[in-house]
Amino acid sequence: MNTETMETNKTAATKTERITGCEAIIRCLIEEGVDILYGYPGGAIMPVYDELFKYQGKIHHVLTRHEQGAAHAAQGYARISGKVGVAMATSGPGATNLVTGIADAQIDSTPLVCITGQVPSHLLGSDAFQETDIVGISTPVTKWNHQVTKAEDIPEVLAKAFYIARSGRPGPVLIDITKDAQFQEFDFSYKKCTGIRSYTPAPKINLESLRAAAELINNAKKPLIVWGQGVILGEAEEELKAVIEKSGVPAAWTILGASAIPTSHPLNVGMVGMHGNYAPNKLTNECDVLIAIGMRFDDRVTGDLNTYAKQAKVIHFDIDPAEIDKNVKTDIAVLGDCKESLALLLKELNANSHEDWHQEFKDLYKIEYEKVIKSDLLPEKEGLTMGEVLKEINSQTKGNAAIVSDVGQHQMIACRYAEFNKTKSNITSGGLGTMGFALPAAIGAKMAKPDREVVAIIGDGGYQMNIQELGTIFQQEVPVKIVVLNNEFLGMVRQWQQLFFDKRYASTEMTNPDFVTIAKGYHINAKRVTKREELADAVQEMIASKSSYFLEVCVEKEDNVFPMIPSGASVSDIRLS
Amino acid sequence: MSEEIKTLTISVYTENNIGLLNRISAIFQRRHINIESLTTSQSEIENVNRFVIVVNITETQAKKIVGQIEKQVEVIKAYYHDDHETIYTESCMFKIKSNLLFDEPQIQNIIKESNTRIVTVNKEFFVLEKSGRRHEIEALRKELNVFGIMQFVRSGRIAVTKDEMKITELLAEIKN
Repeated sequence: MNTETMETNKTAATKTERITGCEAIIRCLIEEGVDILYGYPGGAIMPVYDELFKYQGKIHHVLTRHEQGAAHAAQGYARISGKVGVAMATSGPGATNLVTGIADAQIDSTPLVCITGQVPSHLLGSDAFQETDIVGISTPVTKWNHQVTKAEDIPEVLAKAFYIARSGRPGPVLIDITKDAQFQEFDFSYKKCTGIRSYTPAPKINLESLRAAAELINNAKKPLIVWGQGVILGEAEEELKAVIEKSGVPAAWTILGASAIPTSHPLNVGMVGMHGNYAPNKLTNECDVLIAIGMRFDDRVTGDLNTYAKQAKVIHFDIDPAEIDKNVKTDIAVLGDCKESLALLLKELNANSHEDWHQEFKDLYKIEYEKVIKSDLLPEKEGLTMGEVLKEINSQTKGNAAIVSDVGQHQMIACRYAEFNKTKSNITSGGLGTMGFALPAAIGAKMAKPDREVVAIIGDGGYQMNIQELGTIFQQEVPVKIVVLNNEFLGMVRQWQQLFFDKRYASTEMTNPDFVTIAKGYHINAKRVTKREELADAVQEMIASKSSYFLEVCVEKEDNVFPMIPSGASVSDIRLS
Repeated sequence: MSEEIKTLTISVYTENNIGLLNRISAIFQRRHINIESLTTSQSEIENVNRFVIVVNITETQAKKIVGQIEKQVEVIKAYYHDDHETIYTESCMFKIKSNLLFDEPQIQNIIKESNTRIVTVNKEFFVLEKSGRRHEIEALRKELNVFGIMQFVRSGRIAVTKDEMKITELLAEIKN
């Protein structure tokens, strides 16, 4: 470590105690308020596990069935609680198995600290047993990473790790600790990190840009807000709500922004993006001012950039300067923490209602309702739809559940139709699109917030990517509710094959095992539903269950998710069928 | 309308930490941008390193790249400049058989006219060193190539900017 960088941590004289590196790791975690961590033991991390054994009453280690499960569980924990999730693994394959979760956390800005064991420092670079260059491997998918080879560096590095993971735009940090450093004794003291000279977590808000933004919004005839996860990460939900209510600006959300404002809020006009709602997508290309808040203009949101909101002035509120002009050219950028900038913006805004403009959203919603939503939620055909399952879950949880979805058709249906009353309730793999995310993420979410109803909605494909985590649910007695929407296909890929590959269903049909028997094998209550008349009772039984519950719903095999903006098309060309 | 590709010099002030070179080069690699040259050294400030990276990209790309570089935790500040905004040089070395120095009198003229320095001479070989712009170095290499070069090596570009970078002020501001 560079001495200058660490200066901030060394200012106060604190009492020291002689302990080992591995005990120091646990003590640091406790100092950072970590109550639960997820992981898997192995050779190079064994000294730390030995310490965990001694600290059992103070910190709860959850043994997952695969390190990928540990990473996703830590993500679920972080996403629902806003706290840093912690995952631990051994060197080599243990560490590489974390990588998918780390990459997912990087693209979805999830605060994570991953601790990996490493071979003793004298063996580094010798191709030792279970040696892998995890710092090299994880560099492009971490906000920061570091290898520790001396016990005395552990407190400073871990303090920095937590600070970096949670501050500014959050992200994953990986700390690789050699086995000899875990064994070494040193004089331990801990001081939280409060700043790093080369790192500015949140830029200062420029009041001139803020006023210019307010003026543009005040003079707009057809303004549209699109908010993203930045609002949730910045805990700016109330500020956003106040801005929307005062300005009367219709507000749409990206997939990760879902639940920041209740679904039922009259100014909430739905989801943007590839499978988002018809009105906000269409009207993105008719608004005069587009106000992006804590979102990053992902390609799944914008479609073709050359035809995206070209008529509009674009205002972009973001904490990360690198997002400005990255994909969409901004007219006014307001950098900084949106909790502060939105509060300041509110003061500058005129009250308005934009009634005529809202009517355009309502009119387009009617079209979407007639052509898509009605048949999704109130189907007249025999086969069950994914939409009606969501509708049933909404009504029985009264919109209070946290919905953890995987990746694919069921995810789009869940994000489109789940009703949210509370923020931090939509936990899904947005940017990376990681199948296998939901089951372990639901474990983490439920353990972080035991009082909340956590329902995992998963497809039959993604479910089998981390199905082993049923073992964790059983052993830890985590009362998560698991719903598998089984269409015996990799549905989203099949949908694309149908629409763009002349129905050549290459490797998308799945011959599935008996999921109910598998769940029962893990002593989890389980039921399969194949008929509409069984659905309500089954969902009721699931929600009423005090312990974990598995519900398989056999849905129509070849249903498609609409609306849809074909890949590379303009948001204006959103298809309803 | 396609934007002009320019030779741009990216200057990055950083902490001196293992792994940062990887992190920075990965930003270029991920976007399929070839690094023409990369030099790192101590900067004017104690414990602060400076990267000088030369790339052929558009200004729009450069702005995004600089944003991504600055986003790295251990990067203090990054800038990009075109050739008019910097004073820059490269240096090179030639190893040549010693007998040529006597058999080919023309070599001595080349050395004099190009302001090339003789670093060392022994019985087997002599070594030349020259700093300058790329075209000067290339011209010298072509001239000497006629006689045979045992080894040739050229450094990456080093550059200072005409504008101030104010890193010391920036660091003082962060400290307060």
